[in-house]
Amino acid sequence: MTVRRPSRRRIHLAAHFPGVNNTTVWADPRSKSQIDFSSFEYLARTAERGLFDFFFLAEGLRLREHKGRIHDLDVVGRPESLTVLNALAGVTEHLGLAATVNATFNEPYELARRLATLDHLSGGRAAWNVVTSSDAFTGENFRRGGFLDRADRYTRAAEFVQVTRKLWDSWTADGIPRPFAHRGRHFDIAGEFTVPRSPQGHPVVIQAGDSDEGREFAAATADVVFTRHGSLEAGRAFYADVKRRLEKYGRGPDDLKIMPGVTFVLGDTAAQAQEKAYRIRRQQVSPQNAILALEQIWGVDLSSYDPDGPLPEIDPVAEPGISQGRTRRGDSVVIAEKWRALSKEKGLSIRQTVIEASGRQSFVGTAEAVAAELDEFVQRDAADGFILQPLITPGGLDEFVDKVVPLLQERGAFRTEYQGATLRSHLGLPDPVRKG
Amino acid sequence: MTSSHGRGLLHLAAALDQEGAYDAGSYVERARLAERGGLDFVTLGDTFARPGPDALAVLSRIAPATARIGLVPTVTTTHTEPFHVQAAVATLDWVSRGRAGWQIDVSTTEGEARLFGRRHAAPVDELWHEAGEVAEVADQLWDSWEDGAEIRDVATGRFIDRDKLHHVDFTGTTFSVKGPSIVPRPPQGHPVRVIDATEGHARRTAARHADVALVRVASAAQAAAVREQLRRTASEFGRNPDSLRVLASLLVDLGDGEHAAEPGHGGGGPRQSAQGPRYRGGPVDLAELIATWHTNRVVDGFHLTPTEPRRDLERLVNGTVALLQHRGLFRTFYPGSTLREHLGLAKPANRYAVTGATSWTGATS
Repeated sequence: MTVRRPSRRRIHLAAHFPGVNNTTVWADPRSKSQIDFSSFEYLARTAERGLFDFFFLAEGLRLREHKGRIHDLDVVGRPESLTVLNALAGVTEHLGLAATVNATFNEPYELARRLATLDHLSGGRAAWNVVTSSDAFTGENFRRGGFLDRADRYTRAAEFVQVTRKLWDSWTADGIPRPFAHRGRHFDIAGEFTVPRSPQGHPVVIQAGDSDEGREFAAATADVVFTRHGSLEAGRAFYADVKRRLEKYGRGPDDLKIMPGVTFVLGDTAAQAQEKAYRIRRQQVSPQNAILALEQIWGVDLSSYDPDGPLPEIDPVAEPGISQGRTRRGDSVVIAEKWRALSKEKGLSIRQTVIEASGRQSFVGTAEAVAAELDEFVQRDAADGFILQPLITPGGLDEFVDKVVPLLQERGAFRTEYQGATLRSHLGLPDPVRKG
Repeated sequence: MTSSHGRGLLHLAAALDQEGAYDAGSYVERARLAERGGLDFVTLGDTFARPGPDALAVLSRIAPATARIGLVPTVTTTHTEPFHVQAAVATLDWVSRGRAGWQIDVSTTEGEARLFGRRHAAPVDELWHEAGEVAEVADQLWDSWEDGAEIRDVATGRFIDRDKLHHVDFTGTTFSVKGPSIVPRPPQGHPVRVIDATEGHARRTAARHADVALVRVASAAQAAAVREQLRRTASEFGRNPDSLRVLASLLVDLGDGEHAAEPGHGGGGPRQSAQGPRYRGGPVDLAELIATWHTNRVVDGFHLTPTEPRRDLERLVNGTVALLQHRGLFRTFYPGSTLREHLGLAKPANRYAVTGATSWTGATS
C-alpha cells in the first residue's frame, strides 16, 4: 500500500456488548444483567462518553447445545438486536448502532426496511453486520429449515446485500418511491419500498469472516471488516491482503475499515495487569468449562476426567457432533495433537492447557502501554481501529474510557469530539453512490 | 374486574399513525401526550404495502422516552418468521419494562407476496389460521424460559438452570419451530396480543388468542353484539371471557369545536365512512358517547384514530379524556406499570412451570 497520510492516523473505536461465550466473566460480582435494558443503556452511554464510533451487538438464533442438552455454563440468551438498538437511539445522540443480522434466515425486503427505519429514527447512525449460516441446527427455528448449502452462503449473502442496496436507492431524492424489480439466483422480488432514502443513504455494512470468500465479499461490498487477527504480524498480513483486494472493485484503501475484535486488561503496573489477566482467565475457564472445551474437540463424553489431571490418551472422533450452535475452528485431530504437545512440554493439566491454548486477552498492561500498543497497530497498518469486547457487563468499558481514551487523544490518535452526525462521518466513509 | 358500578374499568387507546412521518420526534411527542392523558396504550399500524416505517422499531424508539403507556405495534405474520417476530415483541417488552403489545395482522395481497417472492397470496381464512398458529408458537416460546431460569451459580459454574428451558417443538401448517426462544421470558410473561376482530375470519383467531379485540362498528347495538359473540367464542375455546377486552375502534375528527357542528351527528354517534366508522364532532360529545357506550356495557373501551394526528390527539387528551376523568369515569394516574396492569389482565402462568411442591416423577425417582 502506498497511501500518503498527512498526519497521525486516527483510530476508530467500537464497543461490543458482552454476549454469550466465555469472554464474559459473568461470575464476577460486578457483572449485571445481560438482558435488562439498563445494561445496554449504561454501556452505550459509556461508549458515547468515550466518543466511540459505534456500539455493536452480536446475534443468536438458537441456543447452543452440548451432548443434546442446552449449554448452561456461559451466558445464555439475549434480546433481539435491532429492537434494542432502536431503543438505544433514544438515549444516545452520536453513537453508531450496529446490529448483527443473518442473511440466511431473513428476507431482503423486510430487513432493508428495518435497517432503513433504524437509520431514520437514529438520524443516520445505523449499521448492519452481515453474517451467514449454513447450520441446519439453527434452521430448525425457521420456515425454510436447514435449506442452504454451505457453498451458497456467500452467494446468497452477496445477492442479499445487492438487493438491499437496490431497495435503499429506490426512492428519488425528492421523496418519490419508484418501483423496483430484482430477479437473481436467490431472490425474485418486485414492488415498491415503503421507506424513503435514509439519512446515510445506505446504513453502514459490516462484515465478519476471515475465509478467502469472506475477504473477497468484504472487499466487494463492506464498509467495515470485523476480524479476529489480534497480533501485530497477523493483523498486518490480513490488512494488506484485504486492502489489496479493493482495487478490482474500484474502491480506495480508505473505503473499507479493518477493525479486529479485541479484549483488554488494564492494571496500575504491567505485573498487576498480567496477574489480573490470569485471574480472569481462571474465571472464564472454570473446571466445567475446561472439560466442555475438551469435549468439543474430542467429540466424546469426557465428564469422568479430572480437570486438574492429564489430557485424554484416546484420539478424537473424526466428526464431532457433540456441540451444536458453535462455530468449529479447524481439524480436531490436529488441535488435539497440538494440545497434547503443549501439555507435555509445560506439564499442564486439562484446565491449564485450555487456559493456555484458548483465546487470551489481546492487550494487557498499564493504560499507557495499551494506548501505545493500540496506536502502534494503527500506525503500522495492522488495523484501522478496534471493536473492544469488555469482559464485564455493563461496566467493563469504564476504565478504558476514563484512562486509555484520554491518552489516545493526547497522542493525537483519537477524536476529542464528534465532528459529524452520522456513523459514516465518524468512520470517514464516502457517501454511497446511488445506482439506477 | 369490576368497579362499584358493576362494569369494568374504561380502557382508552389511541393510534399514532401519521402519513409521511419517519423521524422519531413527532412520534415521541404524541406518545408523551397520550401518556399525559393516562391512556392504556398507543398503536402504530404497519403493512409492507404502503409507505411507512417499521412500527415495532418506532415504538422501541419511543420506549425510553415514555414511562407508563403501553406500546402496540402491528407486526404481520404472513411473510415474516414466527421466531423473529416473537423475539422482537419480547424484546420490546424488555426495553419498555413490561409495556409491549402486538397487533397481529396478515398480508393478503399478491403485491405484498411479490415483495418477498416466497409464496403467492393465500385466502384470508388460511392466513388468519396461520396467524393463530404464530400467536400460539409465540406464547409457547415466551414460556420456553421459566422465570428464574438464570441462576448464576458460581459453585457449579452454571449460568442457567437448563431444566427451566424448554424446546417447544411446534409444527404448524406452514412452519415449524424447535425453540427455546433466544430471549428470556419477557416481563409481562406474554406481551398483550391485539387483533382487529371486525372481519369474520379474524374474529375466531381473536376470540382464541387476543387479549384485546378491536371492532370497527358504527352503532352501539352492533358493538354489543360483536362483544357478546367474541366472549361466547372465547368461552368455547376454554377461555375466561373476562380475560378478553373488547374496544370499539373509531376514526375521530374533533375539528368542530366543543360540540358537534352537524345536528344529530356528534352526540348522535359515529357514522360509517369509506375509511371505517367515523365520529365527527367536538371533544365533549365524544366524551358523552364514550361514557354512554361504556356505562351500557357495550364495550370495554375505545381505540381512537385521530383524523388529523396532532390536532385530534391534543383535543382528545385535553378535552375528552379530561372530561371523563372529571366525571370519575377514567383514571387520572397509572396505578400499575405494565400494560397488562393497565388493562386489568393477569400475568399468564408459565405452561412449563411445575406447580405444587414436588412433581410426581420427582418424588419417585
